[in-house]
Amino acid sequence: MIEQKAVWKLVDWRECLEYRDLLYFLVLRDVTVLYKQTVLGIAWAVLNPFFSMVVFTVIFGMLLKVPSDGKPYAVFSFAALLPWTYFSQSLTGAANSLIQGTSLFTKVYFPRVFIPLVPVFSKLVDFAIALVFLVALMLWYHISPSWNIVFLPVLLALMMLTSTGFGLFLAALAIQYRDVRHAMAFAIQALMYAAPVVWPASKLPASVYLWYGLYPMAGVIEGFRAALLNTGPMPWGLIGMGAITSVISFLLGSLYFRRTERCFADVA
Amino acid sequence: MSDLAISVESLSKAYRIGLKEQEHETLLGAVTGWFKSPFQNFRDVRNLSRFEGVTGKGNGQAAEASAKGAAPRTSLSQPSDVFWALNDVSFKVKHGEAVGIIGRNGAGKSTLLKILSRITEPTNGRAVVYGRVGSLLEVGTGFHPDLTGRENVYLNGTILGMRKHEIDEKFDEIIDFSGVEQFIDTPVKRYSSGMRVRLAFSVAAHLEPEILIVDEVLAVGDMEFQSKCLGKMEDVSGSGRTVLFVSHNLGAVNQLCSRCVVLEHGGIAFDGDVGSGIDVYQRSGYGQRTSSAYVAPAEGRPGSAQGRILAADLQDDQGRPADCIGIGEPFQIKLRLQFFSRLARMNMGVQFHSSGGVPILNLRTDSQGLVFGPYEAGNEVEVIIKVPGLPFYPGLYQLEPWFGELDGKRIDQVPEGISLVLEGRGLYQSERLIQQGRGLVMMDCTWAETVKQASA
Repeated sequence: MIEQKAVWKLVDWRECLEYRDLLYFLVLRDVTVLYKQTVLGIAWAVLNPFFSMVVFTVIFGMLLKVPSDGKPYAVFSFAALLPWTYFSQSLTGAANSLIQGTSLFTKVYFPRVFIPLVPVFSKLVDFAIALVFLVALMLWYHISPSWNIVFLPVLLALMMLTSTGFGLFLAALAIQYRDVRHAMAFAIQALMYAAPVVWPASKLPASVYLWYGLYPMAGVIEGFRAALLNTGPMPWGLIGMGAITSVISFLLGSLYFRRTERCFADVA
Repeated sequence: MSDLAISVESLSKAYRIGLKEQEHETLLGAVTGWFKSPFQNFRDVRNLSRFEGVTGKGNGQAAEASAKGAAPRTSLSQPSDVFWALNDVSFKVKHGEAVGIIGRNGAGKSTLLKILSRITEPTNGRAVVYGRVGSLLEVGTGFHPDLTGRENVYLNGTILGMRKHEIDEKFDEIIDFSGVEQFIDTPVKRYSSGMRVRLAFSVAAHLEPEILIVDEVLAVGDMEFQSKCLGKMEDVSGSGRTVLFVSHNLGAVNQLCSRCVVLEHGGIAFDGDVGSGIDVYQRSGYGQRTSSAYVAPAEGRPGSAQGRILAADLQDDQGRPADCIGIGEPFQIKLRLQFFSRLARMNMGVQFHSSGGVPILNLRTDSQGLVFGPYEAGNEVEVIIKVPGLPFYPGLYQLEPWFGELDGKRIDQVPEGISLVLEGRGLYQSERLIQQGRGLVMMDCTWAETVKQASA
């Protein structure tokens, strides 16, 4: 049945299941192509957060002497940069995915929801590689993780959910109103400073602390640090609040995406 | 109901086209216009796919009634920015039919296919599709230049809707059909364009959908590739699957399809057998060559232009205008020539091309030892050529009338001057319709048999 009608189903699971091989190959394509014909290859996955870490350590750690929960600033910031890099890259990737993938969905039909999902999965590879580097850093600084690292997958899932939710929304918005693309660049910058990447959330006044958790990355980053660097107990309050935002963003994001899906080929 | 493959009911699709921007005459107007532009832009983008309350089906004439809340941008005197690519189209296709969809550029063919392939949604009406659809709107969708041929086969295959295990099973067949076995592990950006197209089509050819939708894919590639494509599509159609084929290659449509739908300005102009459909299509302005007067001036035509072919008409053997001739039937070609300067001895003829552009026959006065002329400046001459009958296969042929100086330069020629549809009736007085075969020319010969006793 092909007709114009309002869509209220969030996700057509049956269809996604049917096309699941396609998702696999699209992610594979992204991963394979990114570092082809480069000299440093996969090393770039590490160099990106590494250089940020160096800059932050020099400026915020040494010059400004920003407190770092008792751990060396380098590790402090890298442990935060690890999830942050994943989040910012997957979100930017998702938002731009439709604009860049125009040649795909104007020529053939497949579940459009796959397109913004691809960076959410393909950036995990970069994440994994940078994680290895973090382990190396931890060994260097003789820091041992707490038992809370078992909760890392939960944090990861939370991050992916947030990326997906906002990514779907931004992708659908961006294909219609190209302003989004231009706004993304500085929005990501602002969001990074809003997140506890270069500063510890422990410095926030107690009254705002829990509300701050509504920013999903707050809980995730502090959680990463707590688990990996043993800076303190897991900030379940922050994580819980963040989860609320994540779930809502996922629901609203997918709803908006599905509602506007039908006009993509016309406005692309 | 289960007999139907596709059912299209009152399908319409509207697009917003760009209109000339409002010009401001005063500085104040320009400044206020600049401030208002974000709101206008927002409304424009938002309206790109909204058509509530749009009335009237005339393109460019109807004004848009107030949409929900938004004031109409155009006043009744300005042309509307709504363009109806498809306008109330309805037809049904049964399982196993091979339907050709033809029409001029902009008639709405690709839009129809896009809707049937679920790439875009209709504005009004609906279409119901019974079965898995495989769409070939472009060859090589999803191909990434940095990936190898092998990786691209999987990517392209899954995009088209195949499962991984399906591709695994058919992988060798696909590579075989494409002929790029040697290069399958090289990045696709190193392929020649022909190889890329062959590989892409090969993947698509093994799709096995219940309904196959093809859009002018045959336009790319060399003759060998095109005939391979056509052959594969014939296989699909022959195995009882439905095929919807859009093409400008009328010969291919004739060969493959049993039914033809002609689209014109977003609506159906004709729905029936292929021969008549081609006729309607040509008559609709594209084929003004079958009518007498040349509207187009002779500029751009090759030749020394000391004279001009004014008109070329096809007639039956009684002199009545005709477009379709039977095989072997006598017919006439009438030419009207005009001379601008003196021509002592004239040589003229008509070249016959197949629809694929292959020159088959050149009827010429000099090879029959005839010399025409002399003609003075200003003379107008009418020539009638009586052809006793063409022993060609049924199909579409292009006739190119020409004339020039005997043993000298060509003065004027009109490529595709007349389109001739040859129908399978006439030469062979049999009841069965002569089908398009593999060949250009038919011939009679005598067949004699002697039965020899088998020796024990």
